[in-house]
Amino acid sequence: MGEKVAVYREEHFNAAHRLNNAAWSAEQNKLIFGKCNLPNYHGHNYVIIVKVVGEVDPETGYVIDMKVLSDLIAENILDKFDHKNLNLDVPAFADLNPSAENIAIVIFGILRPLINEHLDLQVRLYETPRNFVEYPYQLK
Amino acid sequence: MPTFYLTRREHFNAAHKLYNPQWTTEQNDAVFGKCANENWHGHNFELFVTVKGAPDPDTGFIVDAKLLSKIIKEFVVDVLDHRNLNLDIPFMQGKICSIENLIFEIWGQLAPHMPKGVQLHCIKLVETPRIFVEYFGD
Repeated sequence: MGEKVAVYREEHFNAAHRLNNAAWSAEQNKLIFGKCNLPNYHGHNYVIIVKVVGEVDPETGYVIDMKVLSDLIAENILDKFDHKNLNLDVPAFADLNPSAENIAIVIFGILRPLINEHLDLQVRLYETPRNFVEYPYQLK
Repeated sequence: MPTFYLTRREHFNAAHKLYNPQWTTEQNDAVFGKCANENWHGHNFELFVTVKGAPDPDTGFIVDAKLLSKIIKEFVVDVLDHRNLNLDIPFMQGKICSIENLIFEIWGQLAPHMPKGVQLHCIKLVETPRIFVEYFGD
């Protein structure tokens, strides 16, 4: 058994969004989501940190090839999210509020099947330098 | 009397796109690329406002940094935060929403409201950790 190591890849995308629950009245949305509900969208410089945990492969010395991980994120996340409106342009959020929590869950859901099942995966998403979320909240 | 520069840092989050209404969609896409995305994108903007002056002998400071913050909030941050810069901001109407144009207008909003004896020296507007502009009022 090789030693288990956590490796991290940081990427970023800039996107517009708004928080809105279509089942609620305008007043209720404004009350709960405040300025995040403003109708013409606002935006963020999102930063994602993808954490992969697994045993170091004795032949390569890697947990995962970082170039492969970077390309996976670029192709499956950044190309679809960067310079987009998350509510309007990303199908996953057609009926799902693009809160930081839900964005992290969606990103995890996209990446999980693309990464070897023997490797654990965790996604940290920064919406601002001061607000960030992690999913799943702990590694299994 | 030595001169000092005091900087106050504030932030706002907003949507925008780069788009010239005089051009075709193809031309906008060719020049502005993904920044022209029809449905907007957005940023965590950071604003650095620097004033220049000599410390007041009674207070020891050029300007009360809390007062400077209040002025920036009232005339810039509260106006721009969580807004769409193209659609929601009166002073950006009819202008291409580049950070160069935005910083020029922010200067115009702030300069008349500087406290007596305080000179606005520089504004720095950070669009991403990798892109920022500075304007000195020239």
